Amino acid sequence: MKRCVYINDDDLSHDIYCDNRISNRKYTVWNFLPKNLWEQFSRFMNQYFLLIACLQLWSLITPVNPASTWGPLILIFAVSATKEAWDDYNRYLSDKKANEKEVWAVRHGVKKHIQAQDIHVGNMVWLRENDEVPCDLVLIGTSDPQGLCYVETAALDGETDLKTRVIPSACMGIDFDLLHKVKGLIECPEPDKDIRRFDANLRLFPPFLDNDVCPITIKNTLLQSCYLRNTEWACGVAVYTGNETKLGMTRGVPEPKLTAVDAMIDKLTGAIFVFQLVVVMVLGVAGNIWKDTEARKLWYVEYPTKGPWYELLVIPLRFELLCSIMIPISIKVSLDLVKGLYAKFIDWDNKMVDQETSTPAHAANTAISEDLGQVEYILTDKTGTLTENQMIFKRCCISGTFYGNEIGDALKDEDLVNAVATRSPDVIHFLTVMAICNTVVPIQRQNGTILYKAQSQDEEALVHAAAGLHMVFVKKNGNVLDINFNASVIQYEVLDTLEFTSDRKRMSVVVKDCQSGKLFLLSKGADEAILPCASTGQQTRTFSEAVEQYSQLGLRTLCLAWRELEEDEYQEWSLMFKEANSALVDRDWRIAEVCQRLEHHLQILGVAAIEDRLQDGVPETIETLRKAGINFWMLTGDKQNTAIQIALSCNFVSPEPKGQLLLINGKTGDEVRQSLERVLLTMRITSSEPKDVAFVIDGWALEIALKHHHKAFMELALLSKTAICCRVTPSQKAQLVELLKSCEYRTLAIGDGGNDVRMIQQAHIGVGISGREGLQAARAADYSIGKFRFLKRLILVHGRYSYNRTAFLSQYSFYKSLLICFIQIFFSLISGVSGTSLFNSVSLMAYNVFYTSVPVLVNVLDKDLSERTVMQHPQILFYCQAGRLLNPSTFAGWFGRSLFHAIVVFVICIHSYAFEKSEMEELSMVVLSGCIWLQAFVVALETNSFTILQHLAIWGNLVAFYVINWIVSALPSSGMYTIMFRLCRQPSYWITMFLIVVAGMGPVLALKYFRYTYRPSKINILRQAERLGGPILSLGNIEPQSRAFEKEVSPLSISQPKSRSPVYEPLLSDSPNAIRRSFGPGAPFDFFQSQSRLSSSYARNCKDN
Amino acid sequence: MNSNNTPSSSAGGPGSAAADSTAPPTTRNSKRPKYSRFTQQELPACKPILTPKWVISAFMLVTVIFIPIGVASLFASHDVVEIIDRYETDCIPEDSRKDKIAYIQSSGDKTCNRILNVTKHMKHPIYVYYQLDNYYQNHRRYVKSRSDQQLRDRDSENDTSACKPEDKTANGSTIVPCGLIAWSLFNDSYSFSRNNQNLSVNKHGISWKSDRDHKFGKDVFPKNFQSGGLIGGKHLNESIPLSEQEDLIVWMRTAALPTFRKLYGKIEVDLVAGDVINVTLQNNYNTYSFNGKKKLVLSTTSWLGGKNDFLGIAYLTVGGLCFFLAMVFTIIYLVKPRRLGDPSYLSWNRNPGGH
Repeated sequence: MKRCVYINDDDLSHDIYCDNRISNRKYTVWNFLPKNLWEQFSRFMNQYFLLIACLQLWSLITPVNPASTWGPLILIFAVSATKEAWDDYNRYLSDKKANEKEVWAVRHGVKKHIQAQDIHVGNMVWLRENDEVPCDLVLIGTSDPQGLCYVETAALDGETDLKTRVIPSACMGIDFDLLHKVKGLIECPEPDKDIRRFDANLRLFPPFLDNDVCPITIKNTLLQSCYLRNTEWACGVAVYTGNETKLGMTRGVPEPKLTAVDAMIDKLTGAIFVFQLVVVMVLGVAGNIWKDTEARKLWYVEYPTKGPWYELLVIPLRFELLCSIMIPISIKVSLDLVKGLYAKFIDWDNKMVDQETSTPAHAANTAISEDLGQVEYILTDKTGTLTENQMIFKRCCISGTFYGNEIGDALKDEDLVNAVATRSPDVIHFLTVMAICNTVVPIQRQNGTILYKAQSQDEEALVHAAAGLHMVFVKKNGNVLDINFNASVIQYEVLDTLEFTSDRKRMSVVVKDCQSGKLFLLSKGADEAILPCASTGQQTRTFSEAVEQYSQLGLRTLCLAWRELEEDEYQEWSLMFKEANSALVDRDWRIAEVCQRLEHHLQILGVAAIEDRLQDGVPETIETLRKAGINFWMLTGDKQNTAIQIALSCNFVSPEPKGQLLLINGKTGDEVRQSLERVLLTMRITSSEPKDVAFVIDGWALEIALKHHHKAFMELALLSKTAICCRVTPSQKAQLVELLKSCEYRTLAIGDGGNDVRMIQQAHIGVGISGREGLQAARAADYSIGKFRFLKRLILVHGRYSYNRTAFLSQYSFYKSLLICFIQIFFSLISGVSGTSLFNSVSLMAYNVFYTSVPVLVNVLDKDLSERTVMQHPQILFYCQAGRLLNPSTFAGWFGRSLFHAIVVFVICIHSYAFEKSEMEELSMVVLSGCIWLQAFVVALETNSFTILQHLAIWGNLVAFYVINWIVSALPSSGMYTIMFRLCRQPSYWITMFLIVVAGMGPVLALKYFRYTYRPSKINILRQAERLGGPILSLGNIEPQSRAFEKEVSPLSISQPKSRSPVYEPLLSDSPNAIRRSFGPGAPFDFFQSQSRLSSSYARNCKDN
Repeated sequence: MNSNNTPSSSAGGPGSAAADSTAPPTTRNSKRPKYSRFTQQELPACKPILTPKWVISAFMLVTVIFIPIGVASLFASHDVVEIIDRYETDCIPEDSRKDKIAYIQSSGDKTCNRILNVTKHMKHPIYVYYQLDNYYQNHRRYVKSRSDQQLRDRDSENDTSACKPEDKTANGSTIVPCGLIAWSLFNDSYSFSRNNQNLSVNKHGISWKSDRDHKFGKDVFPKNFQSGGLIGGKHLNESIPLSEQEDLIVWMRTAALPTFRKLYGKIEVDLVAGDVINVTLQNNYNTYSFNGKKKLVLSTTSWLGGKNDFLGIAYLTVGGLCFFLAMVFTIIYLVKPRRLGDPSYLSWNRNPGGH
């Protein structure tokens, strides 16, 4: 499908496409109520409550006033609806603001101010500097004579650098005065959400350049929500408007995530529901039988001999209503409240503020904090997540000479400085490529310094380094670049840019030396993308060795190359390139193919090594989290050696002999299968040993493994705790997350860049690092943190506490509801199974909504172990991961406790308030206060740390219970008039309460004490240790410290690595040849040997301590 | 509960303000979260743990408190003198016992004489109760069949929607007081004599004062009561307002249990041991159709109420059990001491690397 946009044609396109009215709203004024209610009632719990509330309207069966259910129900729905309405209103306001913004647009050939919402497809829109782009435009003209303009796309993709946009070639040179009269046709695809692609064609109508179809790419567009910068004005034609813009299409409400805890609560709710049905059935049948056999004899009840047709249903329905409180209506509100507070605690946490940038952590998704405590797999990006993504040019190898090896910084290497001074041609060429083979935009600042705006951190590092070596990239004037080298200005004209794509892994530019007129192809890229293109005569061995050496140090390497082009060759190629660029189908693929035709016979100049430092605290964080039983997978686009090196230096894998790396590779399905099977075999053997086994797989093999050997790979994923996946694409990252999710693991994905967004959205929990690659990942994520090391605190402190607290809160909510429900059931056994409610409506409502929910809400402050202890013993997270605190068996414990307490309260009350005291209202209040007393002590017993707030809530609540009931008792119109005063004057009341508390709590305390002391869980031991301050506190400190030393030493130089004996052999290498073969002939270097080298250097580092 | 500590320092004992507490409030940024002990979850907290010492002392303490209370309760209960006379069978003439229901439903004199022997000195006031067994005043149909508005307020006379089926007479006039509860008002009556001297029973002040003042109206008079085809229980004098119909007020306080006692009156003189009391009772109330028992109870009272051993026995039992538990825990503690918080119990310390 294609969309045809007629430029400046006011009549044609109006009706076909929507106007530019943006609407993010979910509701309108009219559909709000029905739609919102429909959404709320699509959940089972809400349907259940509604059913109960409706049944209660039938006064024949309702045990209590319907208000006792309708009140809380309406409150809950009102709160949810108000929240939704408020959010929607805010969306409406921001939409309105955007819609009513004034923009300059052409209407009937005249430029005038219109509101943004009135822009139609085909309209010409004028923008000034710093204006926001109101819809997706195709550039037609700019103030720049070269047709360039700069945009900031931060709102779209989070990248803060300036991007260049250029007008299509067909519009070059159109006079400013004529611009708003341009007529033409743009053929573009239907709206989609790909913000990196736009393949369209433009044809201008006479009198402008005619019949020349001009290709349009994303480079020729201004997308909605970008800002025009550094450009006086620009104008463009609206192609997509309103909700059909690229941004509008990407918008969308992400699927709500459900935590494991929530799923468990739902399951338990279901179980309770079934239990309730059973109880109702049994009691209903018993009630009907009792009615027919006994109640007919009770003349004072006056049962009619012949009842209505629904007579048999009445008693079961009464019991259904009586038992409806089994499923606590308050649990939903309580959980929402505490979840909001967990998220706030994360936002507030001062220890998760990145000091450098003052970025606090933020929980965008408030509903899934418990899942943080149950993470089993962490899938992490490397660049920018584990590392700082602050690239610094450190070393280089130019024509076989290594610079920077001794002092670790090539810029300070005198040899290199001298070589520059003596104008050694190779070095000069190398620097030239560094300085101009890129897409960097230099911006002159007031004080004369130059600011580089780069899309790629690597390029920025190279340009900075070149500047440090006196090859200063000064100015970019359209296509002409000014290079200042030793006070002389050299000008190059960029003819073509062969852009970087993740498939090509290299980028090139074709430049013309303005002085000599010679044409050059300058290339840079990954070694395996550049070295095979070397001219046939050149020895690439030194370069591949250099690459290997650098990647062992964890440096990122780029190979730099060049070639002089013949004029004819270029002209011929240029035509093909133009053609490929205007292709509507498979444009990327065709461009790549054309580019390949030029990028050959390159002369390799050298290798640049760029350091990407590890972030602070990464090794400690990974070690702690691994101790906590979390498995790490590293998914990176980087090359294998760099990835492994980074993995080693940040504790991802342990060095030999503790750890072992297994490699899966191969170019064909068979090779991958063999390699996979071998690794699996090794895994199975070693799984019993306490050994860290990790597998390494690259993107190509992964593709094959996922497609053809899914089952084997799945097994591998189950067996291995650690994996390194290199050279993987964003979609493969997401696939791996999906794979682990399908194995029922809780996954957390952490990343910082746009390429991690899919993985982050896919995982149970997505964590974004608000880093240098922009905010894209942080925006898509559920949690955003400033640095990787905060992950430790996020999981171990916030995740763990949240899980513990929710586990208690949810089970406690069921406990208290079951307690009062069991009492109702017992009472009905002594009231002729007729469904009489022992409690009055007010008490029942207040019990659930007020008396029992306040103390437990304050439980969000509870900490079973101090943060410090948890950090020292991260293994304790196992209890959360395995769901030890909330599962059917713990729930059964609470169920049993509520049954026991119900029996205690009921039996004691009916015996001590027998005979002349057995007045209904009095007994009801005695039983109720018994429940309140018990629940206060249960909360107190289950609270691990008492802050002043907890004391206030627990005991204050008890006092409040009496105060409230005294107030109600003072109202003559209430049913329980004077009851509470009478009771409080009776010694027997207080003696009964005391008995209930001791008889109810004694066994619980004894059991808890016995378990605590003689069958302690790890949590209990640590609590005791923490309290008593035993030797355990020092024990945990030893390991992290030793780690710190290693880190200091690790960047030691790598002298003569080859002389070391291999210690990193795979266990099951039947013969070394077999492994060699599996690499295939095309493998640039031998993994087997490099493995041995890197591990040996690592081992040596450790010895040096 | 035991709280093993003086309200201790902040979370985590010694040196918790260690390495990673990096929150210098000097470089305040607006984006930066505000520092407070609440937001940082650092409120000072005490963390009690269950040490043997504290648990055993807690149980011992409970024992020490419970046993005396139990003994006191038992004494109180034993001080109460109670005379119970079950009469529902004995008050039916031998020849009618085959069909008790027919007897009770027949009209005619159902006077019955009972003799009560006082075995112990009874101090005044002596409460006279009637006790009904197997009588479900808490039945849902029954307990709801009343109109508090009607009882309280003369103007709400027609507010009888809850009273069915005893809301209106056959000809449609409103019954006051309406409902099953009032309709089934207990109608046995007792008169006592000692040594042929009449023992007066005070029937004033047997109901709750709050009920007389606020729940039953002074200007509400019985109307059309027990005038239908089916006679439930006692008739009411239509010239006495409901607030003074104390038997009705007592009866309307429904009992929560199927066995209950209701106050009939008070005897304001002491009874001495050896006294023989003649009771002349009118056996009118039908408990025969559902095999209910009727008992006449004369009882004194104590600070704990009537005669009820339950609390005393329960206290002694619980106290004893607590003592037993305390002993057991002490013995286990002495025989098999276990160091609390011993890190060697942590499995991961024993087996480094594994889980």
